[in-house]
Amino acid sequence: MTYLSVQNLSVRIKGGGPLLRSVSLDVAAGHVHGLVGESGAGKSMIGRAILGILPKAVEVVSGAILLDGVDLLALPPAQRRVRVGASCALIPQDPLTALNPSRRIGRQMTDRLVDILGWTRGDAEARALALLAEVQITDPARVLRQYPHELSGGMRQRILIASAFAAEPKLIVADEPTTALDVTVQKQILKLIAGMQVRHGTALLFVTHDLGVVSKVCQSLSVLYAGKVVETAEVRAFFAAPQHPYSAALLAATPKYTDPDAGLHPVPDAVIAAVRAEVGHD
Amino acid sequence: MALLRTILLRLVTTAVTLLGVAVIVFVVIRVVPGNPIAMMLPPGATGEDIARLTALYGLDKSILQQFLIWGAGVLQGDFGTSITARQPVLAMVLARLPATLELSTFALLMAVLAGGAAALTGTRLRETKVEGGIDIAGGMALSVPDFLWGLVLILLFGVLVPVFHISGRVTPSLDLPFITNFYLFESLVRLRLDLTLDLVSHMFLPALSLAIPLAAIIAQLLKQSLKETMHLDYVTLARTQGYSEASVIWREALPNAVLPTLTLVGVQFTFLIGGTVIIERVFSYEGLGNMAIDAVINRDLPLIQGIVILFAVLFTGVNLVVDLMYATLNPRLRHG
Ligand SMILES: Nc1ncnc2c1ncn2[C@@H]1O[C@H](COP(=O)(O)OP(=O)(O)O)[C@@H](O)[C@H]1O
Ligand SMILES: [Mg+2]
Repeated sequence: MTYLSVQNLSVRIKGGGPLLRSVSLDVAAGHVHGLVGESGAGKSMIGRAILGILPKAVEVVSGAILLDGVDLLALPPAQRRVRVGASCALIPQDPLTALNPSRRIGRQMTDRLVDILGWTRGDAEARALALLAEVQITDPARVLRQYPHELSGGMRQRILIASAFAAEPKLIVADEPTTALDVTVQKQILKLIAGMQVRHGTALLFVTHDLGVVSKVCQSLSVLYAGKVVETAEVRAFFAAPQHPYSAALLAATPKYTDPDAGLHPVPDAVIAAVRAEVGHD
Repeated sequence: MALLRTILLRLVTTAVTLLGVAVIVFVVIRVVPGNPIAMMLPPGATGEDIARLTALYGLDKSILQQFLIWGAGVLQGDFGTSITARQPVLAMVLARLPATLELSTFALLMAVLAGGAAALTGTRLRETKVEGGIDIAGGMALSVPDFLWGLVLILLFGVLVPVFHISGRVTPSLDLPFITNFYLFESLVRLRLDLTLDLVSHMFLPALSLAIPLAAIIAQLLKQSLKETMHLDYVTLARTQGYSEASVIWREALPNAVLPTLTLVGVQFTFLIGGTVIIERVFSYEGLGNMAIDAVINRDLPLIQGIVILFAVLFTGVNLVVDLMYATLNPRLRHG
């Protein structure tokens, strides 16, 4: 069952060039869909469009974003906000900037449950405690009273992950959730997200520039180049035989999928030229 | 421990500052021409009379000697006797202080409310005509100094549409039951709202004159830091959680954006207190500033010294309060 369906979404800078070119992708309920592409391809822009947080300078030109069959783009802003707030969540890229420095962790985790979803303060706090334990934070009660600056990057990302799952959303957008972390922490966080996703049965749109990560956590993926989806596939099929030359080159450029002795194969210029011509990127 | 050291350091610097202020004022008002004794005596007074009185007030001694005598008195709480009023300076000054404190606090409150509201509205409606309007109004407010605003307001709301009093602190014929000189505060405590109304109606225009430039500064600075905060990730995250734009500004952006504004408001508030000197004159408001001008005109040296020292204490106090508030509001300092 498709939970999120982005259909022919085009986004551009107001009065400027296109950023997303007729992007389509589906995320099935409870599944993990990878969104791969180089830096600047427009991955975050897709996540932002879904969650309704596009930058002011950017506008949707056309397309639809169906969430559980309802086109978010056709809803009045206030309705859209409430619907997205209740059924979606974001795991942001940089845990150092995604927590409010002047508010305690507890309030940051529980306020929206109380304010937006109408929980009691007690229920919300119990929930926060349980989730912090689930993301393997020791002494959750203490952490709830702390401020972000008292915690490490890895801790903060765990808190943000716990927060994202707090209201049992149907869909979580994880925007490169490990990129900003130390290499040693990256693996743990990845495992944590994958485990949480399975336990909670949440659909996950997993944004990354790393095909290695996709092979570990995703069931299907879309490859994005210059704002256009060049290939959508099941993970097993993709890693066995990528269909698009750019995908193949990207795969060849990913260390874990090449023979370590053979060295890296940067995406060849010819492939870049071809895919550029194809997506109409100048 | 660190707090104790900070406080001690603060006390030492405050003492040095006050000493410096005292020395400068002491010397300056004795170097500028004008003999307070001669001004005090009737035109027919002889040179002998003048000399006698000059000696009585100790003004015949050297400046250094005078300073040491005065300083020794101050350390024992004796600021000398006013030459014109022949009353203890400390009592006179403390009697007027509440009037000035009430005026400047009222003005500060107006400035914070108006400036804060303008900043929040401008942020909510950023990049619209409303924000442009707020910026233009702020520019206008800042292009005119407070005492000229005073004159403009007197013309508008004292003369053209006389809705406020333009002179004095309270209607003189009223029977005042107050035991302190904090009239406004006491009228509120005693629930004498009729008196509160009369006091506010006297205080409104002078306070507004003082508040207009400060409100504009607060609006500009707070709006600027709010707008910068609105781009940050935690604000974006709150948006995805279903919070409206207004709640996002209020809950996420404001607590972080007030910190830089707070420091500036502290500095500006001391300027505002300085502004009361002329504004009190313009509105014949019986506060410390008005008394200061009279003291200068009459060359009432002990009174001038007392008033200046009190203003200096007041400024240092404001700065201290601002620092404490900053430390309280900023969790990074609270736990540092
Ligand atoms: N606030 C913005 N205003 C205009 N253009 C932007 C803004 N943010 C990002 N872009 C542009 O949109 C494109 C896609 O960015 P993004 O989605 O962040 O890429 P990715 O997440 O794939 O690295 C980039 O070319 C970037 O320069
Ligand atoms: Mg990105």
